[in-house]
Amino acid sequence: MAITLTETAAKRVEKFLSNRGKGIGLRLGVKTTGCSGMAYTLEFVDDMNAEDAIFEQHGVKVIIDPKSLVYIDGTELDFTKEGLNEGFKFNNPNVKDECGCGESFTV
Amino acid sequence: MALLQISEPGISTAPHQHKLAVGIDLGTTNSLVATVRSGLSSVLLDEYGHALLPSIVQYLANDDIIVGHEAQVQQSLDPQNTILSAKRFMGRGLKDIGDYAHLPYKFVDKDGMLQLETRAGAKSPVEISAEILKILKARAEQTLGGELVGAVITVPAYFDDAQRQATKDAARLAGLNVLRLLNEPTAAAVAYGLDNASEGVYVIYDLGGGTFDISILRLSKGVFEVLATNGDSALGGDDFDQRIFCWVLEQLQAIGAKVTPLNASDTRMLLTKAREAKEWLSEHMSAQITSVLSNGEVVNLTLNSQVFMGMTQALVTKTLNPTRRAMRDADLNIEDVKGVVMVGGATRMPQVRKAVAEYFKQELLTNLDPDKVVALGAAIQANTLAGNRSENELLLLDVIPLSLGLETIGGLAEKVIHRNSTLPVARAQEFTTYKDGQTAMSIHVVQGERELVSDCRSLARFELRGIPPMVAGAARIRITFTVDADGLLSVSAREQTSGIESNITVKPSYGLSEDEITTMLKSSFEKASFDKESRALAEAIVDAQSILEAINSALVQDGDVLLSAQELAAIEAEMQALRELTAKTDSHAITQAVNALNHATEAYAAKRMDVSVNKALAGQNLNEINL
Repeated sequence: MAITLTETAAKRVEKFLSNRGKGIGLRLGVKTTGCSGMAYTLEFVDDMNAEDAIFEQHGVKVIIDPKSLVYIDGTELDFTKEGLNEGFKFNNPNVKDECGCGESFTV
Repeated sequence: MALLQISEPGISTAPHQHKLAVGIDLGTTNSLVATVRSGLSSVLLDEYGHALLPSIVQYLANDDIIVGHEAQVQQSLDPQNTILSAKRFMGRGLKDIGDYAHLPYKFVDKDGMLQLETRAGAKSPVEISAEILKILKARAEQTLGGELVGAVITVPAYFDDAQRQATKDAARLAGLNVLRLLNEPTAAAVAYGLDNASEGVYVIYDLGGGTFDISILRLSKGVFEVLATNGDSALGGDDFDQRIFCWVLEQLQAIGAKVTPLNASDTRMLLTKAREAKEWLSEHMSAQITSVLSNGEVVNLTLNSQVFMGMTQALVTKTLNPTRRAMRDADLNIEDVKGVVMVGGATRMPQVRKAVAEYFKQELLTNLDPDKVVALGAAIQANTLAGNRSENELLLLDVIPLSLGLETIGGLAEKVIHRNSTLPVARAQEFTTYKDGQTAMSIHVVQGERELVSDCRSLARFELRGIPPMVAGAARIRITFTVDADGLLSVSAREQTSGIESNITVKPSYGLSEDEITTMLKSSFEKASFDKESRALAEAIVDAQSILEAINSALVQDGDVLLSAQELAAIEAEMQALRELTAKTDSHAITQAVNALNHATEAYAAKRMDVSVNKALAGQNLNEINL
């Protein structure tokens, strides 16, 4: 099981963490809400739980709880620009269907 | 696929429910919008990559409105319909803006507020500002891909009630929910994270395109308090351009070039060249100014930074005077200042930085873009207010620039909330009736530091009616002044025994300029002893009138019964003497005459007391009286 981070994404996470002044990494998660059943969450991490899985890439710790991991295993997190906006994007091989906005999905 | 941002732990939002909030710096010359993404505040760019939106609105013949760079191009071609610096007119009446003959606009007066006549009709500064806000709102929603929950809009610290209300109205007109109006210097301090820094005094030096503001903030327990503000509303980066422009003309004339008369397009072109040279000189030792005038004269000049610094020395020095005044007003020494934040594009000039650093004897905070720092701070505050931060510890306090109070008998201004009180604030004070049987009270809300109402600014009047008839001084009327976090004032009056109430939210029809505030403050210091005497006189007259009134009503009741003709004549003579004195201006003499009258009526008062005691006791058994 693994989660990967592109180098661009890793650089951004590092920048945001250093701007924030604290935090040990980035938490990826899945919430069971949203118009297509599940939604991604992306949060800074101050405290870890014992059951969390940790993946380290390009010097950035990605932390995921085991329940979320089954839905996003194999995901690559990227940071891109779209139009005038910029942000993180999940490339998740488990997704069967997405809502138009891409914020929620089904597996 | 939507793009995601990193949230604080435990507060990720559901899809389509991201709490998008922005900070807007609605500036006199340029405006910006910023937002916090993944915890980092950044300014949003338009499709051409511009961060700054010139605060210029042009009304076209076909009802279209253009804002920003495109409008800027039109300013000299269509000056009357292209409005610059609308911020200067926000919440103002015609008489507030002083000399407007040099401005290319046709002003009209509408219910005490000014409007500008354009080909699209009369436009208020609020409507014009709303056009700028609409563009920024659209830029933010397009960039962030959703509707905004709200915005924090910055205003100068000295903005009064009317100007703040006008800013809020403009936001509402643009369809923006205002989370909070934030003082510009406070926003700059937040951008530098000073709210997380050590406690102490910070100075914000803001030299913009056309205005200069100095603000002194004190941070204590995570809260910013504005200790003092000062500035010059007619001093900015444009004045530096003007100096270069004049220098160019002098140089051209010196070599015999024909430069007069200079047409509008040559003037505009040379001013642009001057600005470019100024910006170039911030990082280089000399600048080349080359151009060809419409009459064929060739401009080819080299301006070195030494010469530039020399010609603008006076301008730099001019910013230090308000700085000194603000420091004095805050009662601080240079050593008390923990940090100096530089705001505004003109603070890029090395001579400005050098002068300020020398004055404050320390390194300046300059690592954030001085054009963007206010918007960045506003965005951080907006993010907190929208609920995107787990620890909502940041509560920003502002202060009121001038005392708020009301008029009491004798034309005296009674201060209820004092100048520099931190916001939000509520203060109550009890007042009473002045005449027997008085059933209504007129409440006149005033702003200013002087002792007499006639020297203060009138904000509003309202009436409390239905006070139960009582003897003078028996009614207890509690008047509460409340100023909310945005600096808006409401006043309520309540008669305590009957519970009747009346209130007003003050939206004054016009505001005060920074200069007026400064003038009012200055005159309150200069006229302090004169004011003290005026107050003493007014108080003495009020005293005299109330004793005359009381004696008069007693004399009507039983004067002829209790007093001999001789006694009556003596009292009346004293009363007449006092009446005559109240028309004069000697408070000491009035006080003496009041004492003399009191003395002359002592015997009469004692007799009246006896009579009423006798009346109360007549026909009663001693045992029935509860002593």
